[in-house]
Amino acid sequence: MSPERIVAIAKPFVFAACLIPFALLARKVLNDDLGANPVETLNRYTGDWTLRFLLITLAVTPLRQLAGWPYLVRFRRMLGLFAFFYVCLHFLSWSWIDKVFDWDEIVKDVIKRPFITLGFTCFVLLMPLAATSTNAMVRRLGGRRWRALHRLVYAIGIGGVVHYLWLVKSDIREPLVYAAILVFLLGYRVWHYLRRRVAAAVPASP
Amino acid sequence: MLIKRAPDVTPSEITDEKVYRARRRFLQFSAAGLILGPNLLVGGAAAADKLGPLKKGPYATDEKLTPYRDVTNYNNFYEFGSDKKDPAANAKNFRTRPWTVTIDGAVKRPAAYQLEDFIKPYALEERIYRLRCVEAWSMVIPWVGFSLAEVIKKVEPTSQAKYVEFTTLLDPTQMPGQRPLLGTGLDWPYVEGLRLDEAMHPLTILAVGLYGEVLPNQNGAPLRLVVPWKYGFKSIKSIVRIRFVEKQPVTAWMQANPSEYGFYSNVNPQVDHPRWSQAYERRIGEGSLLAQLTNKRKTLPFNGYAEQVAHLYAGMDLRKYF
Repeated sequence: MSPERIVAIAKPFVFAACLIPFALLARKVLNDDLGANPVETLNRYTGDWTLRFLLITLAVTPLRQLAGWPYLVRFRRMLGLFAFFYVCLHFLSWSWIDKVFDWDEIVKDVIKRPFITLGFTCFVLLMPLAATSTNAMVRRLGGRRWRALHRLVYAIGIGGVVHYLWLVKSDIREPLVYAAILVFLLGYRVWHYLRRRVAAAVPASP
Repeated sequence: MLIKRAPDVTPSEITDEKVYRARRRFLQFSAAGLILGPNLLVGGAAAADKLGPLKKGPYATDEKLTPYRDVTNYNNFYEFGSDKKDPAANAKNFRTRPWTVTIDGAVKRPAAYQLEDFIKPYALEERIYRLRCVEAWSMVIPWVGFSLAEVIKKVEPTSQAKYVEFTTLLDPTQMPGQRPLLGTGLDWPYVEGLRLDEAMHPLTILAVGLYGEVLPNQNGAPLRLVVPWKYGFKSIKSIVRIRFVEKQPVTAWMQANPSEYGFYSNVNPQVDHPRWSQAYERRIGEGSLLAQLTNKRKTLPFNGYAEQVAHLYAGMDLRKYF
């Protein structure tokens, strides 16, 4: 079977798998099973899955190189858009269920609370990435500019993890797990980049 | 010659019968725990854990009680983990007997008591209080306990005693959150403090139960503080030491983050926590997700106990002394 065919068959399954966290959440909401503090549960759940999808998206490049299967990149857009889907739920959970669209409070929080300022900034920065995710937009921007723009995802990944670190009161164990994975994923890119530069420099030297 | 001696006054003659019975039952239960081993005392609320009937204490709110299930399954008790469900899971086998409470520092009668002896002199009351957590959620809990002032009067603080410092048990083998590397990130043991007049205030109690039952481990068994006009973290759990001191104690949360947690930590909707507003709160256990859109309530100064305690802070800048 050609890799093209495998990708085409796998895509709907990956799509469905990405919806599982949402389905589980929907079931909890319908069954009124969000625990003693439903707002806290919803904020945490949607935030957790945003971070996870960001990290999964960032794992595609290292994974396709390590696994030697370049076609993995064909899933990257979908995974990135799911990160955006979950961050939209996260924002809705906070602004609607938690803040009840009290815009005064929302604006104050975004300005005054560093962890919210950072989280909101990352949300805003994800918007152009989602908006330019179509093939037509890639063509319109041109590959080089499109790639430069989408490098923002590195900053967004770091911002997302720091947002979580700044939220917790004293137990930083869980945010540190996310931080460690992120350091590995970004570190891999740095290492790969340096190695390529060295390799490129060798034949040029006399 | 027959020497007849008048019998001593029995405790049941001095104390209200109901209170007396409640206290006997508590002590019998505690003694049973000592004899039968810890099994009887762990694993949440068995039928044997009943403390009632109890004297109704003052200041009771008539607001709807937070369901027992939520009071005992949604807890901040970092010694047992930082997730709200951790304490109920990880404190199951916590040993609360034998338990020693040490009273020392600037007092005329320092002593180390066995828990049973420490509690014995006091009539147990039911105190229905609001509890407001610094994380902007709240509960209404029927505590069982006695006034801290009674304890303080009995141990006779000296003129040097300006503050009372409380300490939680330090035992990383039982409290996974206290482990040095993979713990929940505070400097252990947990320490809290009150000004002497705050500690003497009739609202301040030491609790040994809730909902008429022996205090579940995850709620700070066997002995905890309850100071209803302050954020929940001031109400220190599983107390082993009560020390009377001249200088203001450095509490665990002040140590961890002095810009976010002050010594007083009175509930105050006007002074935000740096990371969230304190203007509103949500009652735990009130309804579905959509109900959350309408059940936000305004937080009251001193958690609604301003009438009783505001005078303690007359003339103080509560923004500075947060």
